[in-house]
Amino acid sequence: MTDSAIECRALFKHYGTLAAVDGIDLVVPQGSCFGLLGPNGAGKTTTVEMLEGLTAPTSGTIRLFGHEWSRATEQSLRERIGVQLQETVLADKLMVEELITLFRSFYRHGRPVEQVIPLLSLESCRKQQYTRLSGGQKQRVAVACALVGQPELLFLDEPTTGLDPRARQQLWGVVRDFRAGGGTVVLTTHYMEEAAALCDSLAVMDGGRIIAQGTPRELVDRLGDVQFLEFDAAVEFDIAALESLEVVRSTRVDGLRYRVVLNRSLEALALVLAALARLHVVPIGLSAHQATLDDVFLQLTGHRLQQGKPADASDTTEVNHD
Amino acid sequence: MTNSTQVPIALIELIRARLREFFREKGIIFWVFVFPLLMAFGLGIAFRSKPMDLPRVAVVGDADNPHMHGLLTSRELLASSLSLPEAASELAHAKVDLVVQCELTGVTYRYDRLQEKSVWARAVADRVIQTAAGRNDPVATQISLISELGSRYIDYLLPGLIAMNIMGTSMWGVGYNLVLARKRKLLRRYAVTPMKRSHFLLSYFISRSLFLALEVGVLLVFGRILFGTLVQGSYGSLFVVAFFGAASFAGISLLIGARIENTESANGWMNLVQLPMWVLSGTFFSYERFPSYFHRPIRCLPMTALADGLRAVCNQGAGLTQLHFELTVMAVWGLVGYALALRWFRWQ
Repeated sequence: MTDSAIECRALFKHYGTLAAVDGIDLVVPQGSCFGLLGPNGAGKTTTVEMLEGLTAPTSGTIRLFGHEWSRATEQSLRERIGVQLQETVLADKLMVEELITLFRSFYRHGRPVEQVIPLLSLESCRKQQYTRLSGGQKQRVAVACALVGQPELLFLDEPTTGLDPRARQQLWGVVRDFRAGGGTVVLTTHYMEEAAALCDSLAVMDGGRIIAQGTPRELVDRLGDVQFLEFDAAVEFDIAALESLEVVRSTRVDGLRYRVVLNRSLEALALVLAALARLHVVPIGLSAHQATLDDVFLQLTGHRLQQGKPADASDTTEVNHD
Repeated sequence: MTNSTQVPIALIELIRARLREFFREKGIIFWVFVFPLLMAFGLGIAFRSKPMDLPRVAVVGDADNPHMHGLLTSRELLASSLSLPEAASELAHAKVDLVVQCELTGVTYRYDRLQEKSVWARAVADRVIQTAAGRNDPVATQISLISELGSRYIDYLLPGLIAMNIMGTSMWGVGYNLVLARKRKLLRRYAVTPMKRSHFLLSYFISRSLFLALEVGVLLVFGRILFGTLVQGSYGSLFVVAFFGAASFAGISLLIGARIENTESANGWMNLVQLPMWVLSGTFFSYERFPSYFHRPIRCLPMTALADGLRAVCNQGAGLTQLHFELTVMAVWGLVGYALALRWFRWQ
């Protein structure tokens, strides 16, 4: 399959007894945008670093454009990928344009520096030293350095963390343009909105494994025909009273924050609200919405929490009405 | 573009980046250029060569005594005419080295024979008096004064300070910088580009050498202007010795920077390596003052080899063929450092 940009099979990475990546399979078709989601420590960054050839896997195969990482292929593969790493600090004393020129010099083929600077709106700070840039500017310089080699495959590890909404939108535009030119993107992110806006397919990772995979639509649909009701209660109340309702699928309590998954109908919503009224619960900040990737994520990691590995104080209850 | 045009560009850009980083670092001008000169200036003044003090002689006697005149006009001693009680008091307080009592019958010398300077003053005064009175020496003597170039303390000190500077800038400019880049994950960022590893390490080496020429050049020029220090050997030899030194310390500091991940322990290691050499390698005083069985190990330290080599070229006009021991010591340290560094180097 030469039309896949990335193909990896049975990928493992062990650090001593810790399995950072615990057997994953991935296929990223050329020209697509693939998103890796997951909480901190899920193994996203380790996975991406193995794909980038920065970390050697304990076992498993990785193919980029049909080639495995090796001494013979390394140089030519590196010419074809662009990387933005998490938490990299570039050379402090160099100016923006000098940094981009430096990275341009590493690649045989690339884009002119003069083209990349306006692409990421760095004109105003091109003569500034890296150390004096704002967090958002630094992030944009990192992406500029990843793009200046004119890669076919772009790795972005949480590229919009710390950016203001406008800068984030702008960066999304850059990613879309890159894809319009036939480029492939692998993206890790904390923002569900970002994954939904950019990615064709997603994998949710947890504990070194992929626990769900599909298009954003498929992942949302997997939750079923449900809607979500969320609110804060002024005082604690017994959630069991809600769980006894036919229309309620599951509940989740996080301190005084309540979250109810219920059938997607107006009638179901009315029944739950009536029940709350009977219980004399005054909901604060009440909102009802249809399933989003955020809900998928919470639902998926919630399952894990129920399996005896609690990471916080929240508690999810599945309700079986059969 | 072909491969052959890409290669030099990456290397040149890396070197430019290194030099820019170095020159934009606050304080670098002070520590590299001004500090060694201030140190040379302070120590140069403290230990400057003074003309030898003349013997101080108090002369007692009548104004018309013939011996008095000879003593008071001699340029070989500092004579003053005093009364006897005054002269005795001055002698007791060591303000004069000798009292000469002149009488018509002869001369009496009063002095403490345990004071070297007094014994010497007596000999000088006696010669002045006897010569003035017409003594003829049976043996003809001639005097030939020597004044060796490059024998002042500053001539000894400046090459030592240059050596110390080369060590310091190599250590901080190479090792510390690598550790900092690793800590900030910058090395990992470079590792995912097609940039060649050898170009990266070579850029450190070349930028270090370019900077070295400037560093040594500036100190030599200022030494010449401020202290009149000279380079008696060839500048070519001097640069070769300096280059061996810089390469040697660059190798050692590459080794230190090969794996360490945080700047604090890098700091500690740098000082641990440098401190013994600051003390032992003879920057400020000769290691000849240490017991003789220490000399051989001390001469095998890279900084000793560098300082000795620079001194030999500057002060004795030595050529490279006379310095093969020093050059070998530096080469061995540098090569062992590089070899181990290449073996152990971690990009992350």
